[in-house]
Amino acid sequence: MSFPWAEHYTPKNPVMKWVDERLPLPRFIYNAVGAGYPVPRNLNYFWNFGVLAGIALTIQLVTGIVLAMHYAANAGIAFESVEHIMRDVNSGWLLRYAHANGASFFFIVVYIHMFRGLYFGSYKAPREMVWLLGIVIFLLMMATAFMGYVLPWGQMSFWGAQVITGLFSAIPLIGETLHTWLLGGFAPGDAALNRFFSLHYLLPFVIAGVIILHIWALHIPGSSNPTGVEVKGPQDTVPFHPYYTAKDGFGVAVFLLIFAIAVFFAPNLMGHPDNYIPANPMATPAHIVPEWYFWPFYAILRAFTVDLSIPFTSIVLIPAKLLGVLAMFASILLLFFLSWLDTSPVRSGTYRPLFKKFFALLIVDVLVLGYCGGAPAEEPYVMISQIAAAYYFAHFLIILPIIATIEKTDPLPGSITEAVLAKAHKNDPAAAAVAAE
Amino acid sequence: MATEVQGAEAVVSEGEGVRRRDFINIAAVSFAGVGGLAAVVPLVTQMNPSADVLAQATTEVDLSAILPGQSIKAVFRSQPLFVRHLTPAEIAEADKVPMSELRDPQTLEQRTVDGKTQWLVTMGVCTHLGCVPLGAAEGENKGPFGGYFCPCHGSSYDTAARIRKGPAPRNLDVPAYKYTSDTAILVG
Amino acid sequence: MVRILGALVGLFFSIMLIWAFGVGAYNFVTDPPQKTAEQWVQKNFPMEHVSWSFNGPFGKYDNAQLQRGFQVYSEVCAACHSIHLVAFRDLKDLGYNDAEIKAIAKKRQIPSVDPKTGEAATRDGIPADKFPHVYPNDVAARAANNNAIPPDLSLMAKARHGGADYIHALLTGFREQPAELLKKFPDSKTPEGLHYNPYFANLNLAMAPPLAGEGQVTYGEGQPKPTVDQMSKDVAAFLTWTAEPKMGVRKATGFPVVIFLLFAGVLAYLSYRSIWADKEH
Repeated sequence: MSFPWAEHYTPKNPVMKWVDERLPLPRFIYNAVGAGYPVPRNLNYFWNFGVLAGIALTIQLVTGIVLAMHYAANAGIAFESVEHIMRDVNSGWLLRYAHANGASFFFIVVYIHMFRGLYFGSYKAPREMVWLLGIVIFLLMMATAFMGYVLPWGQMSFWGAQVITGLFSAIPLIGETLHTWLLGGFAPGDAALNRFFSLHYLLPFVIAGVIILHIWALHIPGSSNPTGVEVKGPQDTVPFHPYYTAKDGFGVAVFLLIFAIAVFFAPNLMGHPDNYIPANPMATPAHIVPEWYFWPFYAILRAFTVDLSIPFTSIVLIPAKLLGVLAMFASILLLFFLSWLDTSPVRSGTYRPLFKKFFALLIVDVLVLGYCGGAPAEEPYVMISQIAAAYYFAHFLIILPIIATIEKTDPLPGSITEAVLAKAHKNDPAAAAVAAE
Repeated sequence: MATEVQGAEAVVSEGEGVRRRDFINIAAVSFAGVGGLAAVVPLVTQMNPSADVLAQATTEVDLSAILPGQSIKAVFRSQPLFVRHLTPAEIAEADKVPMSELRDPQTLEQRTVDGKTQWLVTMGVCTHLGCVPLGAAEGENKGPFGGYFCPCHGSSYDTAARIRKGPAPRNLDVPAYKYTSDTAILVG
Repeated sequence: MVRILGALVGLFFSIMLIWAFGVGAYNFVTDPPQKTAEQWVQKNFPMEHVSWSFNGPFGKYDNAQLQRGFQVYSEVCAACHSIHLVAFRDLKDLGYNDAEIKAIAKKRQIPSVDPKTGEAATRDGIPADKFPHVYPNDVAARAANNNAIPPDLSLMAKARHGGADYIHALLTGFREQPAELLKKFPDSKTPEGLHYNPYFANLNLAMAPPLAGEGQVTYGEGQPKPTVDQMSKDVAAFLTWTAEPKMGVRKATGFPVVIFLLFAGVLAYLSYRSIWADKEH
């Protein structure tokens, strides 16, 4: 870490000194989250969500490992093993509800974390790697969550697996082979369930590893801040401990409070009743929908209802199903290129008036896409999702690059401290008068 | 002038402020600690036997087919259960042993139901390290004391399944059971 | 370079989507989608929201109601519907004592093996057993029920939107098909052998009205009258319990947890403010 005024680790406790001399772990922790990591002093609450994501991952890991002691990954008894956990295992209902709702909360937190990154330009140089690793984490999270939802082997588990693995068969030439290879069969069954369990157990640890890289990559340039102006000197920063450990502690308490209300008083609110019906390959549910955090992407997938064909002929270049699959993956993969699509020299949306307007549109757009994804694939939802999906692609791939070149940005503050003092004096003109003396 | 006085007051209140600050921080961290400990409790208790395991059936054993001198191996809570029909000679042999010779002093009467001294019901688990002793099935080695013999480390039990020789510390455990009729017992 | 390719990809998808929108809009205008019979019925026959004793964060099961519901289940529903995720010992939650549970269990026959011949046989239930399946397999279930399989009811209250409200609405909802429905949607005429019910997703279900009239089940002394509405409510409450036996413990644990976290949150906030007191931010 490159801030020269950062505190150095000087252990007073003789045990810590002994350990640190032989394995520099104490000093790593001190430099990562202790008093040895200077952080901009003006971070707002949107900066809490990274730590909250870490807490959510920890909750999932711990409840997951414990649930795995009782779950049986065999198509014949999986559903009953989950009910066994709910009814007979001591506190099993609590662990199961915590794990199921924990997944939802993990996504809520990560989505807010990502939108923070989009608004404040956290993806811009020199933090491109942090952003790229973050998208990798997001993809791993989606894979993990998808496989996890299959494990209870309810109707939605089975049919969701059927639909999503079926998408792979849309790929030309290798699609069918890939599809049967993934499933180990022709439809989701025992083979698929067992391998999903194995991978679902594995991937969270991979996520944990990528998170370490993500934080490491962040700590090279240090955290960004709401102004987007880089740290200029020690007056711009505070040590992570105790300032942000305290703030994060408060954030965690609020997060756990909301999480507890969900787990104890509305545990099935974000779920789907059909998953309390044991999987039946012979009976399709009326409306197959994934969990809510996949809804925007599901809407994009279903929005493509016409083939790409040569007009006035019946030659189909790209069938609608494949278009939908390509678009759904593209909608996530385009995020990898964000740092190079948005070339504005101004980092934070705070000082970008035009960008702000379109960002607000993006939020509305994603919410609309999400709503449509959870709705049946009927009109008017299909038409609405077509417009919303068109805007989504246009926003990132056309609008952002154009704004970056034509926008007239607001004047930036000279430094973080300048911005902080300006805000403080705006609220308290008397102090401003004193300071001016 | 005014600022000087202000400065001194600020210092005094800062001293108190520091003490107050430490208290609130300690309180907050302690609360978090207590919460953390409380959260660990369900993570640990979930490993205890679940309700269906605890409700694990009682086992009924039909005694009518067991002739004197014979014994059977049944299952009780997933573990072996030895039910032995003692002959009068075996009962006499057990009664003859003085309590001072026993590592775990118990009479045969104490280990059986009154009036049913010929029926010896014990767990088939050696009290040393848990092996299944021999002697319950037909033709198995009953050991030097005519009861049960554990092949793992040589623990030898007598006709009342009491430990006589070898490393086992206690007699074979007698589970709770009762007679549902003259020829059947309900264990557990 | 990235921006050029990105713009092209973006244009491609946007154009495909606008094109699809155009086609969809054209179809919507020239051949608008018809409302289905199900949609019409759902709009005109909304489910009643019963104020259950277990509603809300402070709600609790009413054991007397659960026992009546169990009675309705046993005497009316159990002929065709199993609740095989429930064990007899679980009924302790309803307030039955050990002897009563042993008696309830003993009345049911559990598949087992004849100890002498090894052939399939049955034995009396014990508290540790789960409620047995009604039919040995799906084929037998269909054969006995006009080609329909009576679903297991253990989780029915969680497996349908509306939960207990749905079960109550369904059981009290059997009626003649309204003339207006037949006029608007002639295709929705109830087929032979099925029964019209506006609360069932497909409008016509294979189950005949199970609660035909008052007094089908006799409640004990001091209990409410066994009207169809009352029996439906009681069995719906019972099935909510079979689906969520831990609801009581869940809400009771949740309360102190939330209070604790509120308190911890306040402390954490005060700690945060005190640490940041000297720093402008």
